[in-house]
Parts: sequence; structure tokens; C-alpha cells
Amino acid sequence: MRRRTFLGSSAAVGGLGLLAACAPGSDTDGGGGDAAAPEASDVETDPAAMGEVSLKVWDQEVRGAQNDAITALIEAFEQEYPNITVERVSQSFDDLQQQTGLALSGNDVPDVLQVNNARGDMGEFVKAGQLTDLSAYSEAYGWEDRYSTSVLAKSRYSADGVTFGDGPLWGLPQTGEVCGIYYSAAKLEALGAQPPTTWDELFALVEAAQEAGEQPLVLGNLEQWPALHVFGPLQANFVSTEEIITLGMGNAGADWTGDANVQALTQLADWAGSGAFGDSPNGLAYDTAWAEYTEGTGVLLIGGSWLGPDMEAVMGDDLRFMAPPAGADGTVATTGGTGLPFAIPAEAANVDAAAAYIDYITSDAAMELIAEKGGMPVLRTAELAPESGVNKDIYEAFDAVSTDGVLLPYLDYATPSFADTAGAALQEVIGGQAEPSAAAETLQADYGEFTAQG
Amino acid sequence: MSKSPPSAVVRSRVTPYLFILPAFLVYAAFSLYPLLRAAQFSLYEWPGFGPSTFVGLQNYTDLIGDENFRAAIGNALVLILFYAALPVVIGLVLAAIFRRGQVRGMGFFRSVIFLPQVIALVVVAVAWRNIYAPNGPLNQALRAVGLDELARGWLGDPGAALPAVGFIGTWLEMGLVMLLLLAGMSRIPDDLFEAARLDGAGPVREFFAITLPSVRGEIVVALVLTIIAALKTFDLVYMTTSGGPGNATTVPSYEVYHRAFQLREVGSASAVAIVLTVLVFAINVLVTRIGERSR
Repeated sequence: MRRRTFLGSSAAVGGLGLLAACAPGSDTDGGGGDAAAPEASDVETDPAAMGEVSLKVWDQEVRGAQNDAITALIEAFEQEYPNITVERVSQSFDDLQQQTGLALSGNDVPDVLQVNNARGDMGEFVKAGQLTDLSAYSEAYGWEDRYSTSVLAKSRYSADGVTFGDGPLWGLPQTGEVCGIYYSAAKLEALGAQPPTTWDELFALVEAAQEAGEQPLVLGNLEQWPALHVFGPLQANFVSTEEIITLGMGNAGADWTGDANVQALTQLADWAGSGAFGDSPNGLAYDTAWAEYTEGTGVLLIGGSWLGPDMEAVMGDDLRFMAPPAGADGTVATTGGTGLPFAIPAEAANVDAAAAYIDYITSDAAMELIAEKGGMPVLRTAELAPESGVNKDIYEAFDAVSTDGVLLPYLDYATPSFADTAGAALQEVIGGQAEPSAAAETLQADYGEFTAQG
Repeated sequence: MSKSPPSAVVRSRVTPYLFILPAFLVYAAFSLYPLLRAAQFSLYEWPGFGPSTFVGLQNYTDLIGDENFRAAIGNALVLILFYAALPVVIGLVLAAIFRRGQVRGMGFFRSVIFLPQVIALVVVAVAWRNIYAPNGPLNQALRAVGLDELARGWLGDPGAALPAVGFIGTWLEMGLVMLLLLAGMSRIPDDLFEAARLDGAGPVREFFAITLPSVRGEIVVALVLTIIAALKTFDLVYMTTSGGPGNATTVPSYEVYHRAFQLREVGSASAVAIVLTVLVFAINVLVTRIGERSR
């Protein structure tokens, strides 16, 4: 009896609470979506003329080389423009990604912020009007001459967030990334093989390694996303780059269930089924996998350029890197792209100074500094390549792909839920729980549903 | 020393509530309000920032057809077996042994069994992830004794992943349950056991006739605690499998996190959270009812 009264009254209190509380998000006006984009002519590009500015920068460049480069750049920037003080907050990618949504809807926003290119991140923020359109700055500073089209496309969205890869510019990246093939020079020699120049040679190499009792490929896919970095390059052997870009950017007009995509998934399934990735790639953690590779497991490792320096520390000269062989279009195409672009929130207090900062950290001099500290600059990569070591291979591969070839988008950019859909689907293809055609249907369902909404 | 009658304030019907008020305010601000806000969010479509749209109960009706959500609930129910049922059975046996036994170093063994409760869950998860790795200690041990066929990537195998995660839970909760039951058993007067022994009862008979009925209350408490732990488990899944392979190990709490922070569907995440709260509440009411009735 008593309990019932208590429940009743607490329900009544609850009801009142519900009535009194306002709808979620209604206390903000949806960001600064109504603010007009600045014109190139009203843009101030001389930082010295901006008065005393305290510039708030949030980034996720916490790892060794990246952190060194940013720190040095900020120091140089402050020295050159003593009227500007940079207040930097750096945190891990995951932390920053999860805070960005909250930070952008608050009143006290940073001036410069690294925002992930994906539709679930940058796309949503653009749609909500929370970022500054950088087109005017791009014109004033000449960013379009500085960057190649395929690099800038990854930071372009239409103002309504529907089209990805085209439209105004919302951010500018500083570093580059590319997925390619690591190989052990000694193991290739032992197999009597050359680095593959075509995909057929690569398939033959995998078989030869298997016959010789070696594990041909190394993959740790416990986290679900690593397989995307193997499937991306592989897909380019079967599917035209144009279709992959449409699929990867989540724009309408492509189809996951086409023959070429199913063939690519089948190849992945065949590799996994034949044990080319070892006994249990899905049970192996990403970081364990590459650590085992450095200790002598496996001949090839398909993965991102960021692994190079750490693996080289163990393997030395034995570790080499190459861009994948030319794909279906006859051009070198592989998953890759840029570090997270630096963007300016719509509500930022010091937009001009923020743009000047972004310009400064992506200048030619900045690229040299990044290379000097051991990172991979997104521009002038080939000329800044070190004399030797795996970074030389990586720089050259990135340059070849980003200038003459095609940098394909990460497939998980496509839709807000695609990272999971694709991660789970590829895991099931590798584990043999899903037929390639069924996996293609799953991918198509997510992509199709999303593009139909647009 | 004549007693004066209680003052008007003390006699007032409001007074007891005034005593509760400070605690209630804290409770309301940090528990009730967030719960109600979550309930409210669950009626909206909202990415976590910017404007929101009222959608009524649609987030809930969407859940019915949502494969991931159903998988999550199913997995949570399986985890109850590993987090609650097994630990209670094992804990009972262990506690009974410890109560009877006069083994030397009892305190040491007790501490070792309780230790998992003390270690941060993230550390536990990382340790077990290494144990389950394809070339990890578990598989090495299996291969060493010739059971090569059993060796597998435990967290990557769709059939093995959920039991593998569940077993970590068993290992974790065992110690807690044992300690609770041991405390209950220590309250049983020794004369009871003596009487039973005089009547010719062996250890097994003693256990079922005296020990088990005496600790029924503790068993209910242990079940409530471990079932809650099973239903809201997050850290272990997040750190070991991220819900994979496929969605083989996803759980409701992971779905909440995933929807709110990765898919930016705060409305749907809140709906999952509310369903989870109701589920935890319902199952525990059931457990306590059964416990009380059979007393």
C-alpha cells in the first residue's frame, strides 16, 4: 500500500518533470547555420593586423612525431605573430570525436578544431550549421593551388550535408595516410619472388608463400575495422575507382551488389578460407598482429602507412612498403587520405586568426617541419622523402597515389552507421559466417537506405 | 522529569518527509532527473546537438524490428547464466568448502578468489584478451596437451566469443558471491551442524539440509547483484570484442554507447537504456519475489 503511494507520487513528480523540461537541443538555436559565409574580399589575411588574439585550438595530434611537429609549428607561429597566443588542447582521436558534438553546440567553442571527415562527423556538423565555410579563405590564401583536388574533395560537403566530395570546403588536412602493402624483403628473397607489379602476381605470391609453409598475409581483425584497410586496396582491383568513391562517400548512384564488388568480397573470403590470414584473424587484435609480423610471422601485411615507423623500429631495413598494383582502371588506387582536417566552428570568436593558423600549419615550410619530425606531410611528399628506410617507400607510394593515382575514401565515411555495418560484414565474410553475396546485400542495405534519404 | 508532549513540529505529518528531503534532493538531482531526461530523449530523434524532432514512441517500435537490439537482449540473457547462475553455484560450493574445511592458508585462498573484484575491469579485459589471443596462453596450453582441435581465436569465433566473454564474468563474480555466502554461513550456529552430524548426516546432506536453506537470503542478494552486473555489462565487451564478431557479443549497454556516441542517435540510445532499466527492474523484482515467497 505504502509502496504504491510512493510509486504513484513519484510518477506524478516525474510527469511534472517531463512537462517542465524543454525538448532536447532546443536551448541552442542550432548553431550558426544562418550566418552568411564570408567573402574572399572581407577576409583578413595578415595575422599581425588582428590585434591581441588568444586562439583556442583543439587537436588530436598526440602521437610522437605529430605532437613534435605541431608543438614546433605553434612555437614558430607565436614567434612570428606575437599578438597571437595559441592555447592548445590535445587529446586522443576517440576522446576528441566524442566531445566534438557537445563542444560545438556549447557557447564557448574552440577557434580551430580537428573534425573527422566522415558523414557521421563533419557531415552532421555541416548539416547543423556548426562549421565555417572556408571557401573565401581558400580563395584568399590560394589553398586550391596548394592541394590536389582529390585531397580537398575529402573535406567538401554541400551546405545541406547531402553531397560529400563536392561543394564548399570545411577543413584542411595537414598530414597524409595511405593503405598499402608491407613486405619483408628477406622473406620475398627466400621465396624467390619479386615485389608484385600486378594483382595477379600478388595472388600468385600469396599462393607460393602458402605452399612454402609461410603465412602469406597478416591481419588482426578483432576490432572489426582493420579488415576495411585490406578490403579497400583489394576492392580497387575489381571495381572502378569512380564507383568506389561514390560508394565510399555515400553519394547516390552506385551498388554494392554489383558483380565486381561481390568478386572483391569473394577474393577476401577465399583468402580467409584458405588460411592466408592465419587461423583466426577475427580473434587477433590489430596491435598484436603487427607486433607478430615484426617478429617474423607472415610475408605481407596490408595496412596503413602509420604502422611503418613502429614496425621499422623492430625490422629495420627488412621492412619495405609499396602502393598496391594498378587496379581495375589501370591506375594505382588505394584507400587513403589525410589526417583529420582542421576546421573552424561557426561560432568561433576569432575566425580570421583561426584561418591564418590553419594556413600557417599547412604551408610549405610547415610540411618540411612535419617531414623533419618524422610525420608524413600531405603536400610535397615525394621531395621531402627521407633518404632511406620504410618512410622513403611510404612517402613515394603516397605521392604516386595522391598525384598520379586515386586516393580512395575510407569506406566507413559512407554513412553514419557504415563503420559498423562494414566492420561486421567483413568480419563475417572472413569468418565464413556470411556468403560474399549476402555480405554485399547487407552493405547495400545500409548504403541504399542512407542514399535514398538524401 | 515529566515528559513534555511532542511539539507541533514533531507531530506534523510533514516532518518525516523533511528528514528525507536533503537525501531526496541529491537522489533526485543525480538519479531521478537523468532518468527522466533519458525517458524524454527517447521520444525524440536527436543527434546529440542541434535541433530535435518529436517522434513519439517510434524509437521503441523501431527497436522491435532491430536485429542488433534483439541480439543484444538475447546475449544479455545468455550472460545472466555466466554472470549470475554459474557464480552462485560455484560460490556456494566454494563457500561450503571454506566453511567446513580447516585448510591452512584459508585467508590466502579467499583473497585470491576475491581478487578479480578488486582489479579494474579494463585491466581484467586486457588480460583476458591476451589469454584468448590466437597465440595466447589458452591456446598454447591446449596445444601442449594435444587438444589442437579445440584451439581457436576465442574472441573471433562466433560460437565461442560469447561464452568466452561470459566466462570472464563468471571468474569475476565468483569471488563476490563466495564472500557474501560465506558471511551468511558463518551466522549458522554450530549446534545445528553438530545435531545433524549426530543424526548421521554426511557433508552433502548437511549442505542441503542446513547450509542451503540458511543462506537463501544471501543467495537472493547475490543473484540481484550479479544479474544487474550481467545486464549492464559494458567494459568487458567494449574492451574485448567491441560487440563482434558480427554482432555476436553485443549487449544492451554497448548498444547505448554505440548509438549515442558513434551513430549519434541519442533518441534511440535512450530508448535502449530505458528498456534495459525496465528489464533490470523486472527481472530483479521477480528474483526477490521468488526469494521471499519460498522463505
